[in-house]
Amino acid sequence: MSAGVGVDLENLWIRFGDFVAVRDANVNINGGDFFSFLGPSGCGKTTILRAVSGFLEPSDGRVLIGGNDMKGIGPNKRPTALIFQNLALFPLMKVWENITFSMEIKGASVRERRKRADELLDMIALPGQGDKLPSELSGGQRQRVAIARALCAEPDVLLLDEPLSALDLKLRQHMRTELREIQQRVGITFIYITHDQGEALTMSDSIAVMKAGVIDQIGNGKTIYNDPSTAFAASFVGENNVFRGKIKRIMGEEALIQTNRSGELVARISTANQGKMKEGDAAMMFIRPEAFALAPKGAKGTHFVTAKVNNEEFEGNVFNIFMEGDGGKELKVSIPNLGQSFEDHTGQNITLEYETKNAVIVPAGELAAE
Amino acid sequence: MPSFLKEFFKRNGTGMGSLMLGLVLFWTVGLIILPQLSMLDFSFRPNLPPPEIGGPKDVYTLENYKYLIYGPEGGSQDYNAVDLKVFFRTLVAAVCVTVFNLILCYPIAYYLAQTKGNHIRIFALMLIIPYWINEILRAFALRIIFGETGVLNNMLVGLGVFDTPFDFIRNDIALYAGLGYAYILLMIFPIYNVIESLDRNQIEAARDMGASWPMIHRRVVIPYAKPGISSGCTMVFMLSAGALAAPQILGGPSSLWFTQLIYQQFNDNSDWPQGAAYAVVLLVTCILLVLAVMRLFKVNMGDIGK
Ligand SMILES: Nc1ncnc2c1ncn2[C@@H]1O[C@H](COP(=O)(O)OP(=O)(O)OP(=O)(O)O)[C@@H](O)[C@H]1O
Ligand SMILES: [Mg+2]
Repeated sequence: MSAGVGVDLENLWIRFGDFVAVRDANVNINGGDFFSFLGPSGCGKTTILRAVSGFLEPSDGRVLIGGNDMKGIGPNKRPTALIFQNLALFPLMKVWENITFSMEIKGASVRERRKRADELLDMIALPGQGDKLPSELSGGQRQRVAIARALCAEPDVLLLDEPLSALDLKLRQHMRTELREIQQRVGITFIYITHDQGEALTMSDSIAVMKAGVIDQIGNGKTIYNDPSTAFAASFVGENNVFRGKIKRIMGEEALIQTNRSGELVARISTANQGKMKEGDAAMMFIRPEAFALAPKGAKGTHFVTAKVNNEEFEGNVFNIFMEGDGGKELKVSIPNLGQSFEDHTGQNITLEYETKNAVIVPAGELAAE
Repeated sequence: MPSFLKEFFKRNGTGMGSLMLGLVLFWTVGLIILPQLSMLDFSFRPNLPPPEIGGPKDVYTLENYKYLIYGPEGGSQDYNAVDLKVFFRTLVAAVCVTVFNLILCYPIAYYLAQTKGNHIRIFALMLIIPYWINEILRAFALRIIFGETGVLNNMLVGLGVFDTPFDFIRNDIALYAGLGYAYILLMIFPIYNVIESLDRNQIEAARDMGASWPMIHRRVVIPYAKPGISSGCTMVFMLSAGALAAPQILGGPSSLWFTQLIYQQFNDNSDWPQGAAYAVVLLVTCILLVLAVMRLFKVNMGDIGK
């Protein structure tokens, strides 16, 4: 799938006065990929997208599309199409006029435009709705019209700025699949922006995790989830339990960490930090709720954790156990519900075990806000 | 009692509600509708000395309207060429002032509405402050600028653009400038108001798809701003056609505005019925013209209030 047009950001800086919105971003997006920028609100995602689409000039560094430097090329001249956070459909134009606006600009006849609109309406599963106004459509339908309008311009790169954020959960999940399908059908590069890690994980070939203008990690969904390179990436993507401490001994790819609350534990050093951590370094160990299993009471060793249970809840597919954790944060454990009997441990100390490969060590750093 | 009235009384109480309703009715009926109706009544009566009012000669007649078209009975001409010419010139000039104002104000309104920052507030203030000065003073100030020995002529002659001073007043340039200037705010603010509520992303979306700026204005901004444009144009047109001070002060000696004729009838000739008839003709024509143009551009009455 490398036929499409790629996008590269080289040492990209964007400043607004003294404020640095994007700091030294380096990203290579392969042609035909579904690439996501994932980060909390205000971290500079929209800013990056605006730099790619040409509404913002980089303060420093370069934006390349298909290998060509885009400096000085306006948004109307770039092979990109942007889908706005609020869609920005033209309220006074009918759906078909909206969709084929890019053809109107090029002077296409009404017949050509109608024909193309019908094709695209079929593709987005809204056949025969071309004569409605955008206000007469539902949220999800408007969403699809915005996609069709962007695709009609036949861009090499489609830029999507949290296009699903205004939809309710069900529709959002449905649209995820649909977007991914559309992307695979048209085969062009999608750059997708979201603060929803579920969206990023399910749709993307590659994800860049952003924090306050800085790109923390780039990788595919599995890498980001299983092998985070920073404390922020580990805590932002999916639920995670943190254990703070100091590296006591490096043992090849693994390390023994002296944790503040749970004694000495062994875990894998994340790939990006292999060889970079040394004994005595402040470190954080992360274990996912689903990576724990109940162990015999009082079992001791470097892959056992004992703590007091605050409360428990039954979620259907899992039992959640909330225990006293590190730094005032609760330790969450999810045990799959396989029909086993499950006693209530509230108030008791219980022991958990994990496999070393499922626990990952990164340098101590800022955690994502809840 | 209709439900909205019931609701109104429930919200404001019977006493307060009646008072408010009474005041509003007094304002619309007592101060606007009744005087206008009496003007209408005047316009259909002959001009009689006070003792004969209510007498046998005081009957409804169309003679005041006929006068505008045919002139005095037994006059030398078939038509009242002088007054009719003034009438149509006034309408054409008011249309020109409106169009000129629109062309001038749309870019200003767009700029004000779509730019952020403190300088915009200063800009708006600079537009508003001149309106603290009363209309007459403003008109005379323009006379100082445009007069034969005025600032502009001194400058142009000094620069060698003209050999002799150009008579801006006789050529009505001062009048058009004065009228245009008088109603600038009435054009800018309605347009500004609508454009301000236009989502900037729509402009960017159009731009992103490759639209040029003229195209963006033609297809995205202007259609959206249409209610503001029409209410601005309506106000400027109505007020220019009905202006009196500016034509009086800035108009050339040979070019009368129709309102000046009306004024003469009321004041100099003491012919109220004739003046009322002229005023009614002007009002009705203006309203019909506005309605026709609205129809042409597919604007609804409801949009105007936006
Ligand atoms: N034109 C601007 N002038 C000054 N600061 C700006 C401007 N645009 C954005 N910023 C700042 O840059 C930072 C990043 O903004 P951006 O819109 O890229 O965030 P985002 O990641 O898209 O957030 P969200 O998820 O809420 O949309 C914010 O702190 C914002 O205040
Ligand atoms: Mg954003």
